[in-house]
Amino acid sequence: MLLIRCPHCGDRPEVEFRHGGEAHLARPPEPAALSDAEWAAYLHQRRNPRGPHAERWRHIHGCGRFFNAVRDTLTDRFLATYPTGAARPDGTQQGDPA
Amino acid sequence: MSAPFRTHQGGRPDRARTLRFTFDGRTYDGHPGDTLASALLAHGVHLTGRSFKYHRPRGILSAGPEEPNALVELDAGPGRREPNSRATMVPLRDGLLARSQNRWPSLAWDAGALTGAAAALLPAGFYYKTFMGPGRAWEKLYEPLIRRMAGLGRAPAEADPDRYAQRYAHCDVLVVGAGPAGLAAALAAARGGARVILCDEQMEMGGSLLSQPGTRIAGLPGWEWLEVALAELRALKVRLLPRTTAFSYGLQNMVSLAELPERAEGPRERLWMVRAARVVLATGAIERPLPFSGNDRPGVMLADAARVYALRYGVLAGHRAAVLAAHDSGYEAAFALQAAGMEIAAILDPRAAPPADLLAEATGRGIRVLAGQGVARSLGGRRVTGLISTGGERIGCDLLLMAGGWTPSVHLFSQARGALRWDAARDAYLPDTAPEAVLCAGACQGSYGLGACLAEGHAAGGGHGAAPGAQPGREPSGMPTAQAVAGAAKAPMAFVDFQNDVQAKDIALAVREGFRSIEHVKRYTTNGMATDQGKTSNMVGLAIAAATLGQEIPAVGLTRYRHPVTPTGFGGLAGRHRGDLFEPIRRAPLHGWAEAEGALFEPVAQWRRARAFPRAGEDLHAAVLRECRAVRQAAGIFDASTLGKIEVVGPDAAEFLERLYVNPWKKLAPGRCRYGIMLREDGFVTDDGVVGRMAADRFHVTTTTGGAARVLHMMEDYLQTEFPELRVWLTSTTEQWAVIALQGPKARTILEPFVEGLDISAASFPHMSVAACRVMGIPARLFRVSFTGELGFEVNVAPDQAPALWRALMRAGAPHGLTPYGTEAMHVLRAEKGYIIVSQETDGTVTPDDAGLSWAVGKAKRDFVGKRSLARPEMRRRDRPQLVGLLPRGTVPQEGAQILASPGARMAEGHVTSAYWSPALDRPIALGLLAGGRERMGQTVYATVMGGAPIAMEVTDPVFLDKAGERVNA
Ligand SMILES: [Zn+2]
Repeated sequence: MLLIRCPHCGDRPEVEFRHGGEAHLARPPEPAALSDAEWAAYLHQRRNPRGPHAERWRHIHGCGRFFNAVRDTLTDRFLATYPTGAARPDGTQQGDPA
Repeated sequence: MSAPFRTHQGGRPDRARTLRFTFDGRTYDGHPGDTLASALLAHGVHLTGRSFKYHRPRGILSAGPEEPNALVELDAGPGRREPNSRATMVPLRDGLLARSQNRWPSLAWDAGALTGAAAALLPAGFYYKTFMGPGRAWEKLYEPLIRRMAGLGRAPAEADPDRYAQRYAHCDVLVVGAGPAGLAAALAAARGGARVILCDEQMEMGGSLLSQPGTRIAGLPGWEWLEVALAELRALKVRLLPRTTAFSYGLQNMVSLAELPERAEGPRERLWMVRAARVVLATGAIERPLPFSGNDRPGVMLADAARVYALRYGVLAGHRAAVLAAHDSGYEAAFALQAAGMEIAAILDPRAAPPADLLAEATGRGIRVLAGQGVARSLGGRRVTGLISTGGERIGCDLLLMAGGWTPSVHLFSQARGALRWDAARDAYLPDTAPEAVLCAGACQGSYGLGACLAEGHAAGGGHGAAPGAQPGREPSGMPTAQAVAGAAKAPMAFVDFQNDVQAKDIALAVREGFRSIEHVKRYTTNGMATDQGKTSNMVGLAIAAATLGQEIPAVGLTRYRHPVTPTGFGGLAGRHRGDLFEPIRRAPLHGWAEAEGALFEPVAQWRRARAFPRAGEDLHAAVLRECRAVRQAAGIFDASTLGKIEVVGPDAAEFLERLYVNPWKKLAPGRCRYGIMLREDGFVTDDGVVGRMAADRFHVTTTTGGAARVLHMMEDYLQTEFPELRVWLTSTTEQWAVIALQGPKARTILEPFVEGLDISAASFPHMSVAACRVMGIPARLFRVSFTGELGFEVNVAPDQAPALWRALMRAGAPHGLTPYGTEAMHVLRAEKGYIIVSQETDGTVTPDDAGLSWAVGKAKRDFVGKRSLARPEMRRRDRPQLVGLLPRGTVPQEGAQILASPGARMAEGHVTSAYWSPALDRPIALGLLAGGRERMGQTVYATVMGGAPIAMEVTDPVFLDKAGERVNA
């Protein structure tokens, strides 16, 4: 079981969290302005990298807040966790697509 | 009773005390400190089971957790029958009742052994080939046969009466394995002030020291040093967990341990979940058997196991042993056994030139060594009586020992995502690097000498200075297994995996049939896939595959080690999560009343809801018809408390709902309600419910019973991550409001006298109104809403006040015919009105338009979640499945039935989503999703019936009753 550091609460066991998919995918402000292909890409296309990956988590059985994390998909090691809206920390570049 | 194979003295068991136990109906005795296996061997019992596939007689192969053969059923009474227990790991206790498995009618005479004669018909890949065979041979012939004759043990039929515990623990250092390396590691760590947990799967700590009474450590005899070391560990407050198997290595050093506590009154098993800053693995090594014809005959045993039985348990596994020694350790076993009183018939060493020092010692002891020779086959029936050497010599013996070298136990290291490296000198995979904070010590990394084990353990425990001293042992060597297995592929009944009955020739056959990857060979032959996970077979199988391929072992690869390393009881994994505690059951505030009324309940998400309230003599159908009629003709009362509720509050609450729901909200006046529909971003309906505007900045949102948590999560997601600028607060209020629904033409008449501070007449409180008021003096939120098509109210009050109000309403309503109704009547009533239930009429691929709900979508809205997806061409096709009403002829179709255009059609054009007998129409009705359904009114379609003729149905409008919707305005 992973230990995950909620930026607001500290280290907590994995069972208190819920995974929320890839991070830093902002909802387009004007969806109607997008072509069908662009909208489909926003809805469905994900990086699925081998290596460091920025993803969303929610401390659903704790403070309830969403935050972002960079996790290495090879080792399951968390490189960083940071609040929603903050920039991805330096030194946590995305891995290559698998 | 005399135990003819017990030595006169020595060993760990306490000979002053006698324990009686039963195996296959016969009573034997043994001593505390014995295992079931050692006690059986003391009486000369080797035959303990029949093999899985060929039903060959099998005996005790090992003295440890790797045992593939001696699996027995322990029976401690009803609910306490435990199949597949390894006799080598079962501590003997008084009254122990054990049975052999996998035999019929008896162990000595097994009808299934006939398959042995037909063994040639069961080659590698037998299962796969049979599956692919013509006809139904598998179903009709093989599977029933195999199920009757094979099968590993029987699960208990009764409920388990025992208690199981689970504990979390944290420590600085977790040491797995309490042999010399583990003990040295725990001592070093604890002396340095670390919090230490030391676990070992054996009933007694000490590991290999327990079978080395003659050794000396730090100037003390081995067993004395063990006592001193354990006493010091206790004094240093180290948590000592014997009888505890580390079976799973999880992420970030979370290791799961299964403890079988000794105390009878405590839990039967205890699961430890240990988070350790550092882990030291001192898990030892497992001896390899060698493949030759009849290497599975009872009396054929691992050489070191025989040594352990003699020195640790004081039991000679035979009177006259022959030793097949492809590794030096076979000599050590032979010398030790001879010293313990066993005759050594011969040592057969396949090496042309065995080490000179061992040859000299054997000669000095009068033991004959046949260099360059192996075993061609064993002799005997249900017990070995001798062997034929590869040189053709016949040698008599009642024990045939195999020393094929050692396989370090790297299972846990591998689970820690540690990389393994091939060590040609040690002929084994050894731990290399790992991402976790884990260190290895001793035999599990190929260090077999006592001095090396102590030194490595000391270092791994963070010790300073000198490790506990011991004489450096000689560096052992052996014939590489890939050489030692040469020729085995041609030998009949030369077993590699004893538990799954995989022969050497099966592995060679798999390679010849084109399997190259060892993972494929494993699955095709089932080598290593039994409950022992191939602890004795993996490396031998790998060596045969490599030899057949003409490759080196590292080129062939290695299979992964799965969780759990050794079989673990379900009880410990389940802990207290069983029965009522398996999953929480949510009971609504009026549950007790419904229970007292004799309601039938059904699970809805985690809730239990009253399905119907049958009266004496009524079945469910009759009760539902009566309840429906009461609602249509008079009034019904319904517990709707399980509805999800979310309070959406803040200056931007309306704007937030505007973005989350398809409906327009900004112009909804306080005091009014609206039926809301929520989509996912992909445009499909995910939830619905009535939303009431309590004030300009406050909404009372209801969700489906099962959708409450999902909807709140989705709302929080958008609020926190997409629209953080909105000033909105979300609160789950599902359990803060009990909801009593009154539905039917008499609803107002019954309710009106209870309401204070609000005029609920049709004119001043019309359909889809909401207001705060008092009902019977209780602060309430009163909704005028309907899910039945009748005049209806929903009274929201605090849960603790709800039962009193419910009873008062029942009393006041009785003269008017007020009738409690359950979820089944609710379903029928809403279906008569064509109201959908999300997740019944929808399945995650239904748009608002598909469900006939386009009217609810705010056409002028610039955006809402899912809006862009509704504009995709696919979502606008006219042949999408659309909600329709269906009038079945004759009988009620099954929900989920496929809809066909003609009785013989091969392709479905939709499916039935709801189907009931409608009391209002006095006929069956159904709702369904039908391709292009709204353009097919009046057509006849057909619902499939399992094994029967399709039911003809007329496509119609989904609103069956009161199409003008006048009744809600009564
Ligand atoms: Zn938190």
